[in-house]
Amino acid sequence: MRALVAMSGGVDSSVAAALMRDEGHDVIGVTLKLWSGPNGEAPTAGCCTVSDAEDARRVAAELGIPYYVLDYTDDFKDGVVDRFVADYASGQTPNPCIECNRTVKFDRLLNRLDDFECDILVTGHHARIRETGDGWALLRGTDTAKDQSYVLSMLTQAELSRTRLPVGELTKKNVRSIAAGMGMRSAHKPESMEICFVGQRDYRGFLRDHAPDVFRPGKLIDTSGTELGRHDGIAGFTVGQRRGLGVAVGEPRFVVRIEPETSLIVLGRRDELAVRDADLTQLTWTNGRANGGSVMAQYRAHGEPVPGTLDGSTLTFATPQNAVAPGQTVAFYDGESVLGGALIAGTNL
Amino acid sequence: MIYLDHAATTPMRPGVWDAMAPFTRDVFGNSSGVHEVSRKAKNALEEARERIAGLVGAQPMEIVFTSGGTESDNLALKGVAWSPAPRNGVVTVATEHEAVLETADLLERFEDPVTVVGVDDHGFVTPADLLAAVDRNTALVSVMLVNNETGLIQDVAAVATAVKAHDPDVLVHTDAVQAFSSEDLDVTELGIDMMTITGHKFGGPKGAGILYVRQGTVLEPVLHGGGQELGRRSGTHDVSSAVGLATAMELAVADRERFRTEVGQIRDDFEKRLMAGIDGALLNTPEANRSSHHLNMRIPGVRNETLLMRLDQAGIAASAGSACQSGAATVSHVLEAMGLSADEARESVRFTFGWTSTPDEAIDAADTVVELVGKLR
Repeated sequence: MRALVAMSGGVDSSVAAALMRDEGHDVIGVTLKLWSGPNGEAPTAGCCTVSDAEDARRVAAELGIPYYVLDYTDDFKDGVVDRFVADYASGQTPNPCIECNRTVKFDRLLNRLDDFECDILVTGHHARIRETGDGWALLRGTDTAKDQSYVLSMLTQAELSRTRLPVGELTKKNVRSIAAGMGMRSAHKPESMEICFVGQRDYRGFLRDHAPDVFRPGKLIDTSGTELGRHDGIAGFTVGQRRGLGVAVGEPRFVVRIEPETSLIVLGRRDELAVRDADLTQLTWTNGRANGGSVMAQYRAHGEPVPGTLDGSTLTFATPQNAVAPGQTVAFYDGESVLGGALIAGTNL
Repeated sequence: MIYLDHAATTPMRPGVWDAMAPFTRDVFGNSSGVHEVSRKAKNALEEARERIAGLVGAQPMEIVFTSGGTESDNLALKGVAWSPAPRNGVVTVATEHEAVLETADLLERFEDPVTVVGVDDHGFVTPADLLAAVDRNTALVSVMLVNNETGLIQDVAAVATAVKAHDPDVLVHTDAVQAFSSEDLDVTELGIDMMTITGHKFGGPKGAGILYVRQGTVLEPVLHGGGQELGRRSGTHDVSSAVGLATAMELAVADRERFRTEVGQIRDDFEKRLMAGIDGALLNTPEANRSSHHLNMRIPGVRNETLLMRLDQAGIAASAGSACQSGAATVSHVLEAMGLSADEARESVRFTFGWTSTPDEAIDAADTVVELVGKLR
């Protein structure tokens, strides 16, 4: 087969490219240029930096595969960055890496497989794809501590059938030792944790620089409506936040709700964070068939699935959950299989 | 591989490396020294300068050795704007190379008056449009001779005549980087004060270029230091590169007539095959006043990024315009200045021919391009 490998320069996608080549596939490596700063410079932190692209190029050269840089800066700005800003402006807590997977990596790249005469797209995600009697299934990665199936939970048969995730079959330790054995300099590279276009600073600084108008001042109130103070914009807050609230009221207070229409930040005690229902949007199912009734739902990248009931687009947790933020992704699991995913549109106490 | 990216760079001509080699090993001296090995190096350097001067109708002392086109353009603009002379304004054109436009942008940030004049939809700028931007504070007008992306030839002599008639104190610079292979360049006939040339576009070494600077032109250097090049450009001379540059220039001048006709014919035949084989293909390169070796065309419905990669897979090297650091195909500022939308610019590709081009390989390449476009549409 001919494989298009999305290479970030990190150890996982580098090893993914090597494994595909060693299996005898024709491999083309690509790095996506997603974001450039005010002077056109590439980001210096996160998953798509100048040095990462350079690492990807070197790995491709060592593997003897063709390598290209594809410009997706417009798609990334429209689909990921502008949406990130809009979500914060409307009181949500977006996950731009998931949005990037959805709108750029899997959508745009899969659409270009024909352009490159490639049959499959390969990425370095830690998750597994299996052909079953019932189409293609998405499973948690072999290394459960590194599992990334949550961020892929929006994939459906159309994507899964044309995607391969070779490193999801391995532990991270194995991936690193393969890389070290091949002399790849990415073998011991630390993992990137930052949002690539935000870099090593606070996301609020990015919003201030790029969307200052999202900082509309407003009031901080408690759950009974009493004013506790003022803030300089809801974009600086996220549900569950405890630090940097700018009010002192003796006991710990958390952001329990953000009301964008009135610029209100509602603070409460820990027990007031609890959410029973979440309204979902963009629900997708990996096998294309809607599920309902009892589900196991994971609403944080590194959380555990918790039991709940899904009725239409309303998810009711069996036990109320803390810090369920609108804008975040919910992934549904059956054991290690991903059944589907959705975005949280709103929550109810 | 069929190489159709000669405007990016072109292979060294035979004999150039052999001419350079002695000055990397045996005659390794620093040309500023007082001993024999340095004197030999100095002699070779000055001989190269004389040979180069003779090829462009200049005096030897008017040739400043630089590291190439980018440095020469930087020296021309910054050198004039930052010189002690009272005027510091620069007028240039929207389709110039980034080495000029980015330098102009820097000057503007340092609060020197800069005007970037627009072009028509063929990429032409008229002397009248340039003169409209020239005022009492204008020190320099900089206009490229052959555009690197489209091959359009500006009438630099007419520009220089018009500028000097308007105000003889305004200096005229031309970036002639893409012109040397095919155009007869005589600084007196052109009537310019400064001219940028770089070696690797016509079979010389990379990292070797000149700025022609008319005698009496006062420049602030960009590189300060030991005062080489009469204080206009400090740094130990790369004698082997200077010798290679002079050798390549002689070879290119001797080959110019053949280049214009034969390479021009190869380009024309390639162009005809593409225009006949691809429905709706449009020329960005003008029909008249064009170089012999550039072809820039738009293929509606085919993204250049994809076509270039598929061509690479098929063993054909082409480009989308000027080469970018990251390797990503970015939107051409030249085509945008000519009025193309970003999407139209992303459908545009550049094929450029050079001294090694042959009719057969160009026909093979044209057939491959036509076939690939059919698949991609």
